[in-house]
Amino acid sequence: MKTIQTFGLALLLFVAASFSTPPAGYKVGDVATDFKLKNVDGKMVSLSDYKNAKGFIVIFTCNHCPYAKAYEDRIIALDKMYAPKGYPVIAINPNNPEKQAEDSYALMQQRAREKKFTFPYLFDDGQKIYPQYGATKTPHVFLLQKTAKGNVIKYIGAIDDNHEDPSAVKEKYVEAAVNALLANKSVTPTETKAIGCSIKA
Amino acid sequence: MANFRRMNLQYSKSYGFLLLLVFLTIYANAQTPSKVYSADGISVKSYNFEGLRPILERKATDTTYVINFWATWCAPCVAELPNFEKLTTAYPDSKIKVILVSLDFTKQVEKNLLPFLKKKQSKSEVVHLSDPDANSWIDKVDPEWSGAIPATVIYNPSLNLRKFYEQSFTFEALQSELKPFITLP
Repeated sequence: MKTIQTFGLALLLFVAASFSTPPAGYKVGDVATDFKLKNVDGKMVSLSDYKNAKGFIVIFTCNHCPYAKAYEDRIIALDKMYAPKGYPVIAINPNNPEKQAEDSYALMQQRAREKKFTFPYLFDDGQKIYPQYGATKTPHVFLLQKTAKGNVIKYIGAIDDNHEDPSAVKEKYVEAAVNALLANKSVTPTETKAIGCSIKA
Repeated sequence: MANFRRMNLQYSKSYGFLLLLVFLTIYANAQTPSKVYSADGISVKSYNFEGLRPILERKATDTTYVINFWATWCAPCVAELPNFEKLTTAYPDSKIKVILVSLDFTKQVEKNLLPFLKKKQSKSEVVHLSDPDANSWIDKVDPEWSGAIPATVIYNPSLNLRKFYEQSFTFEALQSELKPFITLP
């Protein structure tokens, strides 16, 4: 009897272990948490610091990932285009430098200098913010709109539909989403997927 | 595509014929890689997603397919590759087919992928997926896939079993996941 019980328990544990819990995180329509993260200039940055912003293009990105590198110039362009319209880019590096040395704070500073980032490039020290958002890869975009109830998620996903060749892009998802918000229209699509580097926590 | 449009006009009334043509075209695409890259005795076929799709949707076979999505630039992917390579030798009597689908950037296949495979002396079948509009095909691999790699599909058509994993694997974890799939000879 005992053997059967033990076997049953073992089976139960095995079955339970086989189902990995889906990653928690925000869905479109959720209110996103604010944070206080260190920028490459040494200052702490929160969304609440931006009194005049209409929203934020929050992008989890990093130094080492080839996809992140491929999108670097496009991220800079997004900030240049939309910060003046009230939607600045807020870049966050979610990776643990102990797992990915290229994503250290010092190298983030270096990269931001080299590429003359016009937006904050924040370090998710302790990797605490990205799981709340549900970011799984770099780059991973969360577009937020400031409302009375907080910063509401309006779009989650990719920047556009061609990582490899900016000139071959057909759909600029983030641009279309911000333009829709600026024009008081609904965002479509609200979610897209892209290949990216898994976050190294 | 230009030919198609002309045909479309010509046979606008013959819908069935057009449909047949579409199927034939898809079928033909599935058989033919978009490009074959070769150097130093290493050869890799490159497909768009529709071309790759048959590999993910084999039918009427008792083979277990282990399809791993990876890239040479992805450190956790490269770290787990030997565990996938080991499967074929670890289960010589079972029908296990390992296919490594490289997501290396198309312009880097010759520079990075081929030399990597040469250096690692890879024994598994390696194909390249060249289809930048990932949003159009990620859900077709699995709706659970966020797009991060490494990612792996294990399926067996005759057992009607299919599982998807967005994670890294140790060899032991792979063995454990394979248990329900392996049909003993």
